[in-house]
Amino acid sequence: MLTLKQKRSLQSLLVGCAAWLIAGLIFFPIFWMVLTSFKTELAAFATPPQFIFTPTLENYLHINDRSDYFSYAWNSVLISFAATALCMLVAVPAAYSMAFFETKRTKGTLLWMLSTKMLPPVGVLMPIYLICKSLGMLDSRLALIVIYTLINLPIVIWMVYTYFKDIPVDILEAARLDGATTLQEISRVLLPIARGGLASTMLLSLILCWNEAFWSLNLTSSAAAPLTALVASYSSPEGLFWAKLSAVSTLACAPILILGWISQKQLVRGLSFGAVK
Amino acid sequence: MNKLSLALAATACLALPGLTLAAETLTIATVNNSDMIRMQRLSKTFEAEHPDIKLKWVVLEENVLRQRLTTDIATQGGQFDVLTIGMYEASLWGAKGWLEPMTDLSAEYDAEDIFPSVRDGLSVKGQLYALPFYAESSITYYRTDLFKDAGLKMPEHPTWTQMANFAAKLHAPDKDQYGICLRGKAGWGENMALISTVANAFGARWFDENWKPEFTGSEWTSALNFYVDTLSKYGPPGASSNGFNENLALFNSGKCAMWVDASVAGSFVTDKSQSKVADHVGFTFAPIQATSKGSSWLYSWALAIPTSSKEKDAAKTFSMWATSKAYSELVAKTDGIANVPPGTRASTYTDAYMAAAPFAKVTLESLKSIDPNKPTLKPVPYVGVQLVTIPEFQAIGTQVGKQFAAALTGGMSVQQALQGAQTATERQMKRAGYLK
Repeated sequence: MLTLKQKRSLQSLLVGCAAWLIAGLIFFPIFWMVLTSFKTELAAFATPPQFIFTPTLENYLHINDRSDYFSYAWNSVLISFAATALCMLVAVPAAYSMAFFETKRTKGTLLWMLSTKMLPPVGVLMPIYLICKSLGMLDSRLALIVIYTLINLPIVIWMVYTYFKDIPVDILEAARLDGATTLQEISRVLLPIARGGLASTMLLSLILCWNEAFWSLNLTSSAAAPLTALVASYSSPEGLFWAKLSAVSTLACAPILILGWISQKQLVRGLSFGAVK
Repeated sequence: MNKLSLALAATACLALPGLTLAAETLTIATVNNSDMIRMQRLSKTFEAEHPDIKLKWVVLEENVLRQRLTTDIATQGGQFDVLTIGMYEASLWGAKGWLEPMTDLSAEYDAEDIFPSVRDGLSVKGQLYALPFYAESSITYYRTDLFKDAGLKMPEHPTWTQMANFAAKLHAPDKDQYGICLRGKAGWGENMALISTVANAFGARWFDENWKPEFTGSEWTSALNFYVDTLSKYGPPGASSNGFNENLALFNSGKCAMWVDASVAGSFVTDKSQSKVADHVGFTFAPIQATSKGSSWLYSWALAIPTSSKEKDAAKTFSMWATSKAYSELVAKTDGIANVPPGTRASTYTDAYMAAAPFAKVTLESLKSIDPNKPTLKPVPYVGVQLVTIPEFQAIGTQVGKQFAAALTGGMSVQQALQGAQTATERQMKRAGYLK
């Protein structure tokens, strides 16, 4: 018969094991991608898969030789950060209005915004392509910044809205009684309180922009092509390119992974914002 | 004096960007395969020879490239100056007037040196719309060591029945060795490329003279029954998800006794850096059955210029350079003669090339014997061996490919797959106005 203490420690051990197992499952594809990037093409295709092999840097050298990685990475950074900034600029006032001045149409508006995410992007490819062509915005960073902003806006507004909803309205009313204007109310009271939530929203928006491939492949060719276009250039139905593809994918993931690692404290705080309120 | 200096400086400032602008920039869209990547690398020579032309490369995976180019050319987007396209696109886009006709090719370029089958495949009503970079047919790869050990001899023109017999004798899954590897992954350019050539060999055709699909006919039934039966019994596990790359990996790791696929794999399976069986590969023609007509496919990657390009002359200069005899000589000099783009020019097939590339003879003979205008035993209203050059074919081919892949996995019977293909194709053809 187990004592209560033993039961609790067993429970915590099982939960810990389950957490490690799930984390391992999630992390395994990334681990395998990084591992494959250091294999030769022949070793990358070997069956059964090889865990022990002589590592090589030839794939990374090949990429350095064939492609201008930094030009693609710069485009990714510029487009993702600009789109995220623009998105937040629109989302914060929108979420503020919906969270603290709710009307009978607010819920409907939120659902309608989310419904725009249900449309398959290819359904609007031709009109958007033609608009970009007429505006001379094909292969331009501006086109991607605007499109990414619009794509991510519904989800960003939803997230910011839920964070704002967790903040007691009395705090804002107190600020108003102290004579704060709307702008001061948002910038001095609301934003500092919701900092963690906003940081995690921004990171999510950044990741979504960074990984977006459909529009970047269809609207850019060379000047504005981000890292997703670089990754796509190493895929091939005729020839063995798995190791090179893994190497270029590792290089494409690395900056955003590092950013996520650095900001994980903010991210966790943001994600558990409601819970610790 | 100061004013004069200022004026000169201002003129210089205005003139400098002008000088930069004088260099034309070509945006070239191409696919990621070893021949095209080599072209990208060697194009530095072109830029050195033509300092007034700068090259920008957009390399994409084949299917992504096809979708990207279709969007751009249909909207006259003008994003690209040189397109890497196949025979399917060259015929359709050429007929629509979306591509610049390749006229006034210099005598030095020697267009007559290009194989007639390849030239015809890239032409519409005798007008060439794309310059071929390389061409391929389908051939049979087999393991000479396994054949020798089993006391078997591969004929020069094997039949599919013989192939099945060989596969049965060489199939040893306990030793990780499979009798035959064939494409099974669904797609008009994947399993349907191979299945169409099997069907052609069995005397089948996609459409009769009145554009009525013939999947429920006896030829298609025999062909698909044979394909499903042989690959299920003697193929590797999970064959329905195998395309070119997966089969190449299986063959290179010594797991396939035979493989029928694109001739471009010849240089991969004989490359010791990526193939464990490089010294034991034999090459012969693609299998035949009731007929040899259409038993081997024809495909070519070619360079074309969209009418929306703003730099047509420079684009033509580059396209001619990349598909010229001089380019082949450059490749031979820098990368070895075995790496010269194959299948387009008669002049490529010198004794030195034939000696360096053991698969060259079979490829050459296959390419010479293919006639995309008369691809099947019975007459057809279409052009193309493993594909039908009508705009609806991509959708039809992919839909039929899914039905046949389902038959291979056992998700449906061969009869159901053929009936499904017949119904789906008839519906598409009626909608497109071919059938009343």
